Amino acid sequence: MVLVYINSTTGLSKAALETVTYGKKLSGDVTVITNGAASNEQLAQLGEYGASRVLVDRSVNGEDPQQLARLIAGVADQVSASTVIFSHDIYGKAVAPRLSVRMKAGLVAGAIAIPEADGSVKVNVFSGKAAGFVKVASSKQIISLLPNSIQPEKAGNACEVAEISGLAGESAITILETKKPEGNIPLPEAELVVSAGRGLKGPENWGMVEDLAEALGAATACSRPVADIGWRPHHEHVGQTGVAIRPNLYIAAGISGAIQHLAGVNGSKVIVVINTDSEAPFFKAADYGVVGDAFEVIPRLTEAVKRFKATQH
Amino acid sequence: MNILVCISKAPDTTSKIAFTNNSTQFDENGVQYIVNPYDEWYALVRALELKESIGGNVTIITVGTTADEAIIRKALAIGADEAVRIDADPKDAYFVAMQISSYAKSKGFDIVMTGKETINYNGSQVGGMIAEAMDLPFVSLATKLDASGSKLTLEREIVGGVQVVEVQTPAVISCAKGMAEQRIPNMRGIMAARTKPLTVIPAETVEDLTSYASYSMPNAKSSVKMIDPSNMDELVALLHNEAKVI
Repeated sequence: MVLVYINSTTGLSKAALETVTYGKKLSGDVTVITNGAASNEQLAQLGEYGASRVLVDRSVNGEDPQQLARLIAGVADQVSASTVIFSHDIYGKAVAPRLSVRMKAGLVAGAIAIPEADGSVKVNVFSGKAAGFVKVASSKQIISLLPNSIQPEKAGNACEVAEISGLAGESAITILETKKPEGNIPLPEAELVVSAGRGLKGPENWGMVEDLAEALGAATACSRPVADIGWRPHHEHVGQTGVAIRPNLYIAAGISGAIQHLAGVNGSKVIVVINTDSEAPFFKAADYGVVGDAFEVIPRLTEAVKRFKATQH
Repeated sequence: MNILVCISKAPDTTSKIAFTNNSTQFDENGVQYIVNPYDEWYALVRALELKESIGGNVTIITVGTTADEAIIRKALAIGADEAVRIDADPKDAYFVAMQISSYAKSKGFDIVMTGKETINYNGSQVGGMIAEAMDLPFVSLATKLDASGSKLTLEREIVGGVQVVEVQTPAVISCAKGMAEQRIPNMRGIMAARTKPLTVIPAETVEDLTSYASYSMPNAKSSVKMIDPSNMDELVALLHNEAKVI
């Protein structure tokens, strides 16, 4: 029996569908436990991705890992789960370690594939510069799945949804305020990412990056120097000490490709590099390269994307 | 404010990553170890800033061998008051968290701080595990931390935004970018670090929950396909037809 935790505070994310799909690949009997705002109708759709049933505790706001650990451990006990699956996102990173101690279950943090034949699970290590195969020695295990590692797959029909309560206890964390910029695609979940670096020469030139991102339906990102000098917000910094991402497409303009930057993006399926310097190290990690001035190439690419999109409708 | 900062060693960010012993062990040959940047830049420096503004004591702790005393002295040179080394070669995050929580339980720390993850194993595990083992609240990925009496006010990263939360001490905090700025130790700090107390305590027996069976290096990219900068329609066509990503 597999238990999958999803945070449905902002509805059903792609990461949630990925974790349910992952659970289905491990077991024919998948229970989903969630908190938050998604409606029962939305939650029932998780059955289409392999859930046998969904349990929801609407009294829990999903921001206190201690409460969530109590809730998930309680449900795991009730349904005799031997494996618990999380997304390796901000919620999984906060709750899965607590649950590991509570259930005395080995944690595979940041899985990028379904388990191998010998039971080990592949994870990124050294910030994506290598992979490791983790073996769990305990009888119970917890796996947190790195977003964008597998694709959601439909595998069934809508399932039953039951409301539960009483397992989570009180929260010790008071939320004073939540600030959320409108309309942005969260970077760790984005399938397409447009990123730029110092080659753009100043924050006033980011309009063309945003235009390209908008044309593609992509999130925007940046290199570390750009975040450090304040041209762009810190949460856009991808790299070894910033966010590690693995989108389907990563377009980098005006970024030379230092090893620390590559560490954060080399899980990307396809990398496009635009740089004036044909010797930039990033070209070695790229699938497609354009040697040219970002100020000319980016607007041209945006127009090409718009022309392409127009033919798709 | 009595603060415990957990530090881990990590290979210098420019290290060449390779494996030995039939790909079962990290090749330490030529690798320079540093204090894990998240632990140093954010957790330790913010702890020192809190101590400087409201008073208190900052202890650093690591689970490691005598070889790790260099990173301990570095953390002391930056300004920590004292250090604890739990004498063991750490096996997994659970082992580390059990050792640290067992030490910290009886010491009355107001805050236990960690970096958001290490740059070698990237698990984001130890902070949450310590919190559970000590039955304390855990605020993860904090980008700001202020203390007033026994009340901590924090900002933390959430998906696509920021959340402001409040929690009472004692609590466990994992620290992300924004918390503080890197500090370079000065000569006085480096000299003082030599004589600051370092307590070495034996490790407790803890069963392993996980282990690395082996490692692998990513497949090398096939050579890059260069596109004429004046022909972006070709690039878009390749992304659609060949790469199938748009």
